[in-house]
Amino acid sequence: MSKKIKAAIIGPGNIGTDLLMKAMRSDVIEPVWMVGVVADSPGLARAAELGLKTTADGVDGMVPHMREDGVQICFDATSAYVHAENSRKVNAQGAVMIDLTPAAIGPFCVPPVNLAAAVAEQAMNVNMVTCGGQATIPMVAAVSRVQSVSYAEIVATVSSKSAGPGTRKNIDEFTRTTATGIEKVGGAGEGKAIIIINPAEPPLIMRDTIHCLTTEEPDQDAITQSIHDMIAQVQRYVPGYTLKNGPVFDGKRVSIYMEVEGLGDFLPKYAGNLDIMTAAGLRTAEMYAEEILAGRFQPEAA
Amino acid sequence: MDLKGKKITVHDMCLRDGMHPKQHQITVEQMVTIARAMDEAGIPMIEVTHGDGLGGASVNYGFPAATDQEYLSAVCKEMKNTRVSALLLPGIGTVDHLKMAVDCGISTIRVATHCTEADVSEQHLHMAANIDGLDTVGFLMMAHMIEPEELLVQLKLMEEYGANCVYITDSAGYMLPDDVTARVALARAELKPETELGFHGHHNLGMGIANSLAAIDAGANRIDGSLAGLGAGAGNTPLEVFLAVCDRMGVETGVDLFKAMDVAEDLIVPLMDDMVRVDRDALTLGWAGVYSSFLLFAKRSAAKYGLSSRDILVELGRRRTVGGQEDMIEDLALDMAREKA
Repeated sequence: MSKKIKAAIIGPGNIGTDLLMKAMRSDVIEPVWMVGVVADSPGLARAAELGLKTTADGVDGMVPHMREDGVQICFDATSAYVHAENSRKVNAQGAVMIDLTPAAIGPFCVPPVNLAAAVAEQAMNVNMVTCGGQATIPMVAAVSRVQSVSYAEIVATVSSKSAGPGTRKNIDEFTRTTATGIEKVGGAGEGKAIIIINPAEPPLIMRDTIHCLTTEEPDQDAITQSIHDMIAQVQRYVPGYTLKNGPVFDGKRVSIYMEVEGLGDFLPKYAGNLDIMTAAGLRTAEMYAEEILAGRFQPEAA
Repeated sequence: MDLKGKKITVHDMCLRDGMHPKQHQITVEQMVTIARAMDEAGIPMIEVTHGDGLGGASVNYGFPAATDQEYLSAVCKEMKNTRVSALLLPGIGTVDHLKMAVDCGISTIRVATHCTEADVSEQHLHMAANIDGLDTVGFLMMAHMIEPEELLVQLKLMEEYGANCVYITDSAGYMLPDDVTARVALARAELKPETELGFHGHHNLGMGIANSLAAIDAGANRIDGSLAGLGAGAGNTPLEVFLAVCDRMGVETGVDLFKAMDVAEDLIVPLMDDMVRVDRDALTLGWAGVYSSFLLFAKRSAAKYGLSSRDILVELGRRRTVGGQEDMIEDLALDMAREKA
């Protein structure tokens, strides 16, 4: 059996548990700790059953054991409010932090677009943008790598059941962070993000519409090819990432209609918005792990 | 129905909901001219924003002729008595837009969510409620889609977040008077007595006036409408008609009826690109319970892909789409065109 890099998941909620189930299948990541704050949380109990060490004392409960347990990668699936503190503590123990919250204190990472660059920078904290960002920024980048995109706009439609209390309390953070990601990672001159929550039953599968306005007339063949190539890249970690319609070309507008179905590990399949976050977070961790295993990167305490 | 002596506040939607049939192309000059005339007619409140609210400027909903900031700052400073509101849909606009609109001089902010999703409005309503003197309104759209008891839970959330007025909004123009009565009466009985209650209608089934009267009878004191009905779908409750009915019934609005009629006839009707009326597609919206601003999008996609706009709208209703899902329309039309081929 090949060597694996040991990892900790902070936040035993739906996201943390789904991430755990995915990480258990990884060839290069071995989850060893689950960190929570509620002693009788079902997520901690589930992790303990799967053989992980657990603590209900937050990151402080794990910190004294991180070095001896060899934890080199942590995932934060809690909230933006506590993320900075969590990150500082695990970085001090020499572990890389992969941020699934919207805190965005580290560089953005959208795996098929800039993962290699983020890992090459050896950043000790990387942020996974937002669910809508993970689902749409690859498409913006697929267009902008062919030709200049002056403006890109995305509409993410998610089912009510998949929009958690954190998202709801601070929905502006979604629109702002996603818009910034569209510009910084997607390569658009100006970015805009819209989120719609739909309560229909049965819950709808996450839908994403991406509109790009190109500076010059769009090269239809090159853009279409680039989009299909990029979709194949995302499908490596989210098999249910599907082009429903398009690209539609209308003057300088390029519109792409996507559907994102999750794997259904712990979260329901319709919650592709959550699945794409956990899958992208794990994909990022795996790339870091490969660098560490190959001896090209040694995470060190900041 | 005896409404004699009831006092209500009417709120005109021409310069916000009316942006939909105008594809958001009303100019700043046109807005100022209309707003001045409404002020002169004694209309107490008007709404001025992109049709989809602050931050609505987009490929998805349409780019407007001017920015919200340009519209609001131009109109607000001209008003003598009329108070100006702006609409904000969380997920489209943010608290930054809210602050900008306040700086432009609005008196009222209306924060709108789908009827089951009031909790996304917490940060916006909370901030608005803490701005001195800002009339803070929660606005639950597509209110026909849930039962009165469920709607009440959501209205109470908005009240709890700081709204001093909450609205029951018939975005699809689907409700019949009994539907309005049931929702408004329960809300009136259960909300704090000091919380104002409003009704926003669409005229897709021709029920705008009847529904607004039912709302007043059940305890609403704010009623939305638009002069000459300029609004999405078959338009809002035609305000000058409603004002005339109120006059006959002894409902006090404080508006000069003849002046309102003149604004409708002389300024609003000539502005229309197409007559806003209960045409086949607008009627389909009301019958199928579909968000009124989908109208022109469905017509355009139908023309582009050789489909029936009525078929598109019926399918959008069947899929229980909600406000803001305009992007779904071209996507659906492409699916339907493929099936047809």
